[in-house]
Amino acid sequence: MYKYDEIDQQIVDERVAQYRDQTRRFLAGELTDDEYRPLRLQNGLYIQRHAPMLRIAVPYGMLSATQLHKLADIASKYDRGYGHFSTRQNLQLNWPKLEDTPDILAELATVQMHAIQTSGNCIRNITTDQFAGVAPDEVIDPRAMAEVMRQWSTFHPEFALLPRKFKIAVSGTQQDRAIVQAHDIGMEFYTDKSGKVAIKVWVGGGLGRTPILGSVIREHLEWQHALTYCEAIIRVYNLHGRRDNAYKARIKILVKALGIDEFRKQVEAEWIHLKDSPNTITEAELARVAKHFEPMPYETLPAQDSSFDAAIASNPAFAAWVKRNVHAHKTAGYRAVTLSLKPHGKAPGDITSAQMHVVADLATQYSFGELRASHEQNLILADVKLNDLFAVWEKARANGLATPNIGLLTDIICCPGGDFCSLANAKSIPIAEAIQIQFDNLDYLHDIGDLELNISGCMNACGHHHVGHIGILGVDKDGSEWYQVTIGGKQGNDASIGTVIGPSFSAEEMPGVVQKLIEVYLKERTDEERFIDTVRRIGVAPFKANVYAKEGASA
Amino acid sequence: MSNLITLQNGIASVAQDDWALVKLPQSQVEVRKQAGKVVLFNLTGEKTVSDEQVANTVIPANGKIIVPLSVFIARHSELANRVAQGEVGIWLATHELLDDLIKNQTDINELPIIAIFVERFADGRIFSLGNLLRMRYGFKNELRAFGDVLRDQLFFLKRSGFTSFVIRADRSAADAIASLKDFSKPYQGAVDEQRPAFQRYNRGA
Repeated sequence: MYKYDEIDQQIVDERVAQYRDQTRRFLAGELTDDEYRPLRLQNGLYIQRHAPMLRIAVPYGMLSATQLHKLADIASKYDRGYGHFSTRQNLQLNWPKLEDTPDILAELATVQMHAIQTSGNCIRNITTDQFAGVAPDEVIDPRAMAEVMRQWSTFHPEFALLPRKFKIAVSGTQQDRAIVQAHDIGMEFYTDKSGKVAIKVWVGGGLGRTPILGSVIREHLEWQHALTYCEAIIRVYNLHGRRDNAYKARIKILVKALGIDEFRKQVEAEWIHLKDSPNTITEAELARVAKHFEPMPYETLPAQDSSFDAAIASNPAFAAWVKRNVHAHKTAGYRAVTLSLKPHGKAPGDITSAQMHVVADLATQYSFGELRASHEQNLILADVKLNDLFAVWEKARANGLATPNIGLLTDIICCPGGDFCSLANAKSIPIAEAIQIQFDNLDYLHDIGDLELNISGCMNACGHHHVGHIGILGVDKDGSEWYQVTIGGKQGNDASIGTVIGPSFSAEEMPGVVQKLIEVYLKERTDEERFIDTVRRIGVAPFKANVYAKEGASA
Repeated sequence: MSNLITLQNGIASVAQDDWALVKLPQSQVEVRKQAGKVVLFNLTGEKTVSDEQVANTVIPANGKIIVPLSVFIARHSELANRVAQGEVGIWLATHELLDDLIKNQTDINELPIIAIFVERFADGRIFSLGNLLRMRYGFKNELRAFGDVLRDQLFFLKRSGFTSFVIRADRSAADAIASLKDFSKPYQGAVDEQRPAFQRYNRGA
């Protein structure tokens, strides 16, 4: 993964000094709340319901074991001994003290980490596929470009105070796993007809209050122009986007108001002037950064391993875990492993300091000292040998990290919700926990199969509910908490936004509602169909009918 | 004590201001300055400065003045002599259109100063405007930020091509100067240093 040179380190160190002084001035009364807010937000610090929340950047989800050990120590020293992985692949601490945040950032800087632009109206952490570099369907490893873009976007002076937050995702696979269509800018890397790396650029996607999938603004962009083309897009947005209403301030609203064709025309008119300007990426720079992402020093291994095969045959629990949590790898004899942060009945994405140390040790021992966070809020060991899988499983299982539920109903994406977040309309974690308990039967879960259930505590959609096969949104009705249900949302190449099935439900009703949706699926599905396929084939009506059926009637 | 910071050859100092700012009279009409240009100009056709305001603007008879863009355009004949003397600069607010300036002033370097008014410090349009004036339109003279100008935005303003800053009256310009040096080696190319770090330094491989 990318390692800082002196320039990177100096920028992060200077940021700590700058933020320390800003916080000092705030505490001394020299900065008002309003003046300090964008400054602290651009360092990831929110003021929450009970305490501040600090969001630490994990650029495109990559972490070293050393960094995770440090995060564990910080969570113990400054927080309550746990952290929460978010849907932007970042780590959030829920209970730090505002006064301690400069010290926390100083500690992070010692392991080449920071909280720069993890919030605020600026370019946020750039996200990508958690299997970048190892996925068999990968065409281009997007991480070097993601790092080049991270550096470019860090303190970009022109885009320091945009109308609203700005999220970029990059992807280089056949099957999109980075939801590029749900981002302000999505970049899909591919190899063009002449064999060169090119980018398909999407713009104006986003979830939140007004969920919209992005439009293609450019089918073919040479990679050298990635930064200047983004500058053209973001400049048009910066100048023309709405600043009078936070709910209408995202780029998607501007793209919609102008229409994609007019928006494209304006962007291209800007780009004529920016194309080939000094921020054009050079071969040398891409090569320098790409050196940090070269393939690991893999051993030459056979594609099969007899001890692994024997363990699968003799141990059903291990076999179930392999089926769900172990993923194909480019290199023979290796697999990627997802460590589930979704044990049933616990807050999705949460991890204790002790578990962080365990995962870091696993990464050191079995996966070249690196790991990744996924936007589904799990951790990934990307490079594990087949004959190490059993040992990894045993250690993960002993530490509550081996729930065999990846991609299943209980692998719930969930925001912190009303338990922590001051924006939330309703709690989300207790809903996730109740559903996990309702479906706490692994055979049944595996029978239901692939299903993505996403929960957000408010329409800001941090829990990506719009693209969940089942999406749950917390809403406020006259001061009490209710839940609106959508079905048919999906991430990926054929992304879609879910359809609301009808009036909302109380918290107590929610596990039963999900149960009724599943009943319809199990009754209607063909042999090959996943839940989402059945919804797409038969439509929302049968699901709706069963969920809202009067007592006594049934599907 | 002056609240003006000027940058000359990279050296920042608190300086006396020899320009007089010409303000527009108050208007009764509320302008949705934060609504974005699509809403402001294309969809509703709103004009942000009224003819009455322009006509009623009091222009001092002598001395160096910075006049509102709308006044500069509408009352250009009145000002032509003084423009030739180098006594007239213009200012515009972040919601106004640079196109209007460019259309009405063929050589913007005839203006010794252009100032941009930022009503709310969080309004980042000022950065794009600075960048465009410098890079697109080749403006070489003093580029000034005034209004809700606070020290924590200075570094970005400087990088966007601004060379003078009127710090908000209740804050100290002397303190604010320090923030111009928040970062020594920024990553990306911008107006003040156009080459990105990967062009300026040998970062090895």
